[in-house]
Order: sequence, then structure tokens, then C-alpha cells
Amino acid sequence: MSEVIERPMPVPDAATGPYWAAAHEGHLVMPRCNDCGKYHFYPHPLCPYCSSAKLEWTPVSGRGTLYSFTVVHRAPSPAFAAEVPYVVAVVELEEGPRLMSNLTGCAPAQAKIGMPLKAAFRKLSESVTLPVFEPQ
Amino acid sequence: MSKTNAAIVGIGESKVGSVPDRSALQLQADAAQAALADAGLKMSDIDGLLTTPVRVEHWNMPCGVVAHHLGVRAKFLSTVDLAGASGCGMIHQAAMAIASGQCSTVLCVAGQNLLSHGSRAKAVKSMAEGGSAHPQFEVPYGPLVPSLYALVAQRHMHEYGTTPEQLAEVAVTIRRHASLNPNAHKRELITVDDVLKSRMITSPLHIFDCAIVSDGAAAVIVTSAERARDLKQKPVHLLGQGYGLRHSHIGDTELTTTGAVDSGRDAFRTAGLTPADVDVAQIYDCFTITVIVELEDLGFCKKGEGGHFVENGRIGLGGELPITTHGGLLSGGHPGLGGGFFHVVEAVRQVRGEAGARQVKDAEVALVHGNGGVISIHCTLLLGV
Ligand SMILES: [Zn+2]
Repeated sequence: MSEVIERPMPVPDAATGPYWAAAHEGHLVMPRCNDCGKYHFYPHPLCPYCSSAKLEWTPVSGRGTLYSFTVVHRAPSPAFAAEVPYVVAVVELEEGPRLMSNLTGCAPAQAKIGMPLKAAFRKLSESVTLPVFEPQ
Repeated sequence: MSKTNAAIVGIGESKVGSVPDRSALQLQADAAQAALADAGLKMSDIDGLLTTPVRVEHWNMPCGVVAHHLGVRAKFLSTVDLAGASGCGMIHQAAMAIASGQCSTVLCVAGQNLLSHGSRAKAVKSMAEGGSAHPQFEVPYGPLVPSLYALVAQRHMHEYGTTPEQLAEVAVTIRRHASLNPNAHKRELITVDDVLKSRMITSPLHIFDCAIVSDGAAAVIVTSAERARDLKQKPVHLLGQGYGLRHSHIGDTELTTTGAVDSGRDAFRTAGLTPADVDVAQIYDCFTITVIVELEDLGFCKKGEGGHFVENGRIGLGGELPITTHGGLLSGGHPGLGGGFFHVVEAVRQVRGEAGARQVKDAEVALVHGNGGVISIHCTLLLGV
């Protein structure tokens, strides 16, 4: 008996829909506060810096640096087994926010904190695209 | 003396390790009965109950399920969910309930058959998708729970030069402590070399850098200092406490400084003590890196010096600051949210002078630290006789 191997997919909701819609079109957007001007991520209902609710999804450059990483050798579920070893990364964007991602386009052994990265887009299904990062 | 004026008067543990013949409620009942016997109390003396959620069963109101099945007639009950900090949180919340006059004697109990209820693979998958990682912005990238801590370790190594050998030293020391605890899950001694040669799970963390998975439960009985005077055991007082939170998910934070800065500062302030007053520290040890970061954030050493601090026997028995003397989550036992509760039980044993082969000489003040999420939510207690 074989189990269906399902990769965990992001399920966009009211708070995150614009992020995933933009990613599917190959853009990165982040919430930016219309009162204090700062970007933040992951999305909060209120600005984490000034508590304003006047937040607007705003395009970001997609450029940043590798803030930290780990090379995953043991898959969390069978869905990832074919991909090990792979790099789970935290990326710091030029605009300030950090986010988790995968590092692609180079061998795991080449990952180095501080390396310049740019966003790339990995299509997972007809409706979902995952932002990933590769060396600039 | 703490404003809550509460005292711990009973402690108990179920059998810990692989206990396939006991359900979550049976394990909790074993721990509760052991704590009652330790305190010289009966279940009918208990009028408050605190517990945590479990992962192995779906209880729609854990405190109600546990109170009913243990036969507690509760005037106050609540489910505490501070993830891994729940053990410390329950003690303070029991103290507040007693101070308010709502009840007089609270049974705090937590634990489950996390190892035996299903396969290890199932446990790993359910933990990876179980909320520590953000369901939309982290889980799709394939991190294990250990990966979330590996990100902390890698950044700490980058910023401060912390080494894999220093991480391994934490695992080796805590295993040595577990070897002196007859109820610990893993008791065979290991070396730094064993850790470094163990399977790499998610760099730089090897399997021996990670908490184990166990069955087990622990229980603690809290009452007022006045009532404690008439009971069997030397009362152990809650001297101070603090909470801290600086993020909910690890991907959007600074990684190497945590809310333990805030929980530790408040615990020392409320107790009127400093880190130098602590004789033994039950530090939460879900991963080796957790210990290093917490020692720094709690003020036992400067930021960045944690790797150096754990060397040369400083955190072992006989050292300057013996930590996690029962074997912790790395070796003693880790049944989920109840895991951090064993740290409380051990702190009580130490300040009572009842820790046997692993007794810290003249231990009067014990710190207990719990951390939940991914070094997200923190609770620090100071306990003393
Ligand atoms: Zn703002």
C-alpha cells in the first residue's frame, strides 16, 4: 500500500493572499506601514513598529544577503526525501525584513553567511509559486 | 520572598523513557500520586488543577479532562500553553491562583506517551508541521524542528565563533548528569567525539545535539507558605519569576538573542537576587545551542561567550554552575510540553538536598528556565528553601 506523498503547500488566506498572488507572478511584495514607512514580514495585522493598521503590500527588490542557513540531511516527511540535502535559509532583504526560504542555484557546501542573494520563483503547482533565493 | 508567597510541597514523576503500557492520563496519574505521597496529601486535599495540552490525543479542554480523570474537585482549573515554558508557567500561575484566594492547593501535572503512541517518523513529521514553523512561510521550505534551532546555531557560530565541539560539550555534560538519574531515559555516557560523529540531521546539529522523544509525566503540588509549614516536606519557595517573548517564528527574528533576557531580568528582580546567587540552574535544553544562548541571555555570561562558558566542566556537577542535573530533554526525557516540567522537579530536589548522586553541594537557590516555540516564549523561576 503506498501513501500519497503530499508536499505541504502554503494555503493563502485573507492576510496573505496578495503575497502569494504576487509570488505566482514572479514578484516579491511585503507589508509597508503608511505611517512610519517601515517594511515588516511575516505579515502582522498591525505594524510591529508603531501599531498602525495602515499597511500596504509594496514591491521589494528581492535582493538581500544570507543571514543564516542549515543543510537539511533528514527529510521532515517523505515529500522532501528526494531533495536532501537541501538548504533552509534565512534571508535578510535590503529593505530590512527577514524571511525563511530555500537556497537554490548553488551546492549546499557553497552557502556562506553574508553572500548576496536574489529572489527566484519556484512553481509548485498551477496556483502556487514559492519564492526561493539564489546567488546574485 | 516572592509576593506570591507560594511554596512547592510535593513532586513526582512517572516512569520515564519507553513506557508502552501507560496512556497519557495513566502517566499523569502516576506522577500525581507520586507527588501526593511526597507531600503527604490526598487527592481530596487538592482544590486547583493546572495542566498543558498533549499531542497524542485530542482533548477539547485538557484541564477538564485531567481534573475529571484524576478525581480533582477543582475550585480553579486552567490549561497552560506556553509550549516548552509551560512547566515553569504552571508554577507561577498556581502561585497566583493561591494568592488570589481562589484555591489553596494546586496540582500541576503534565506528560504523555509521546514515544510509544506512534512511530518516530510520524512524531518527526507531526512536530515539523505542528506549529513551531510558520505554516505558510516556513513549513513549505522543508525545515525540521531541529532546523529552526540549527539556524540559531549557525548564526551564533558566525557571530561569535562558537564551535561544534562546544555544542557537543553541552550534550556530553547533560548525558553524564542523566547517567546519575535512575529514572532518566538515556544513561550511557557519550564523548564529544561521539556527538561529532553522530548522524548529521540539519547542520550544524547532529542527532546528539537534539532532544530525545520519551514517554513520561511529572507533577508538582503548590500551596501557600503558611499551609506548607504543617506539611511533610521542607517547603521550597517561589522566590521570583519572569516571562519574555520577542518573536513567534524564528524566520523573522535576530536569532541569537531571545526573550530569556527579559524573563531572566524580571525573575532576578522579583527575587532580589543576581546570577551569582544561583547554585544550580535547570536550563531548558531542547537542543545544545539552546543552552548556550540561554546561559548568555540569563546573564550567566556575556553575549557571545556561551560557547566558552560551557567548556572545562563549568556546567557539570562540581563546576561553577551545574546545569540541568537530571539529564534534561537531551537525555533525561522529553514527552512534549511536559518535558520542561522535569526541570522544575529536579530544582526542588536539589534545594531540598535530595538529589542523591547528583546533588549539588549546599544548593539553596535554583533557577529553572523554560522556553517554548523556537526560543520564542520564555519563563524563568527562582526557587529556594
Ligand atoms: Zn508603522
